[in-house]
Amino acid sequence: MVAETKTTAEAEKTRRAVRKRIKTGDTHLAGYIFISPWLIGFLLLTLWPIAQSFYLSFTDYSLLEDPVWVGTENYVNIFTNDSTFTKSLGVTFLFVLFSVPLKLFFSLLVAMALNQKLKGMNLYRTAIYFPSLIGGSIAVAALWRNMFGLDGYINQVLAWFGIQGVGWISNPDTSLGTLILLNTWQFGSTMVIFLAGLKQIPQELYESAAVDGAAKIRRFISITLPMLSPVMFFNLILGVIGSFQTFTSAFIITKGGPVNSTYVYALYLYEKAFKHYQMGYASALAWILLAIVALLTIVNFAASRYWVFYESEGGGTK
Amino acid sequence: MKLKSKVTNHLFLSLFSLLMLYPVIWWVGASLKKTEELSLPTIWPKTPMWENYSKGWHFSSEYTFAHFFGNSLLMEVGNVFGGVLTAAIVAYGFGRLSFKLRGFWFSILLLTMMLPGQVTIVPQYILFNKLGFVDSYVPLVLPHFFGGGAFFIFLLVQFIRGIPRDLDEAAKIDGASVYGIFLRIIFPLIKPALMTVAIFTFIWSWDDFFAQVLYISSVEKFTVGLALRMFIDQFDIQWGQLLAMSLLSVLPSMLIFLFAQKHFVEGIATTGLKG
Repeated sequence: MVAETKTTAEAEKTRRAVRKRIKTGDTHLAGYIFISPWLIGFLLLTLWPIAQSFYLSFTDYSLLEDPVWVGTENYVNIFTNDSTFTKSLGVTFLFVLFSVPLKLFFSLLVAMALNQKLKGMNLYRTAIYFPSLIGGSIAVAALWRNMFGLDGYINQVLAWFGIQGVGWISNPDTSLGTLILLNTWQFGSTMVIFLAGLKQIPQELYESAAVDGAAKIRRFISITLPMLSPVMFFNLILGVIGSFQTFTSAFIITKGGPVNSTYVYALYLYEKAFKHYQMGYASALAWILLAIVALLTIVNFAASRYWVFYESEGGGTK
Repeated sequence: MKLKSKVTNHLFLSLFSLLMLYPVIWWVGASLKKTEELSLPTIWPKTPMWENYSKGWHFSSEYTFAHFFGNSLLMEVGNVFGGVLTAAIVAYGFGRLSFKLRGFWFSILLLTMMLPGQVTIVPQYILFNKLGFVDSYVPLVLPHFFGGGAFFIFLLVQFIRGIPRDLDEAAKIDGASVYGIFLRIIFPLIKPALMTVAIFTFIWSWDDFFAQVLYISSVEKFTVGLALRMFIDQFDIQWGQLLAMSLLSVLPSMLIFLFAQKHFVEGIATTGLKG
């Protein structure tokens, strides 16, 4: 019996020692060994390219000859002498300005509709998520191009209602709107994140509010929105960053046209780099994009203080 | 009252599902139509043109779509294998081991998720060009072997943190090293999350048109997406055939989605991935 207690005590001792070893030394090397695939990739394919891109943005480089240092010439040209830059930036801003809020709005609405206990909910969720699954592919770009053509399906349906359709993609007034619609159609991921957020809200909040006689709208404004604001913020940040880089649909469906009405920034950058082989100029464009995205993200973070509600801040909910 | 609201909800949801799926339904019908029939507002053609599929399959004089599907699958095998394996390894490092600057590196990892790809794409292209890897699958597959992407590492770290540490410690007392713990305890336990990583890697790389169009130039190496682009850029597009092949091209993702839905939705909810 004495021996048994001794073993337990010893085991406890070893456990402590082991715990200490796990906590302190010993795993430094192992840690770096385990993260090395990412670390090497980060240094080689992210950090080094970022540095190189910054350097290249001050050069003239065609890939065939060595880069020639031109100082700030690329930036000066972009800001003073490049109407395509201004145009594409404007188009991209419009795209972001409309597609981000539209997507947020629809995803939240649908997430709320899906956040109920109903039979067959999985089926609805599958159906609604489905377009997002395939939406980014070139196949859907082909589908969209056909549906929204002058003789396309959309116009035929409109004709039933006596509406004379336009060539949605070939008309500069509607082409960007068509791409925004395609983007909104793929709201699935944003919606699922909202749905996960909605499920986190404690039901008691709604119950006590109902007891207090709060109407549905009131409950939405006072409970759902504040409790969901961190998720909303997350979706907003990723949505802005993602929409600024929109590429495939403009590349395949409209090729930037007509009259550059869908010539989004990523497409302009792509063509500068890989069609005209102006690597230096394209790098400068990339850095401007990075600056804009970073600035917007910082502004978003700063503004979030005023509308994003975190439970741990002591809002008195629990 | 309760019943009434239930009926309204069902009605709303079914109508909305139908609206969302409508283009897909139309697509199926359109893939069997003659070109003249395409602009008709009917869903189903009078006589289904099954030859849209056989002719579309052979649209390129050199290769059939079997070749392009083979190329895509070859690329995917590398992507999924590399992504799953290295993401698990890296996530174990971040999720379980403590080492100097861990917090710093982890914040860097999260920051890279926000970095626009355009900033690194030009130097990456230059690098792969210098190494002679342009017009090969190396630039498409190799990046997956560096941890599979920040999203997946983050997802797995979250998952690993949820596994009780007692298991590690018990194994440690039994004499297992950190490597043994990874192989015998953590790796088997995170299999469901690895499934999510595999599915997303597959579907995203299938759709990652940007990288494919950038690096692959010879028709022999074309993926399904690039073959479709070649199809679209033809002078006189046979729309029925194109839509038929497009539909086939999204079939793998569709099937995976239908069979592995659970992993899908959970995966997105854990990480909050882009759309």
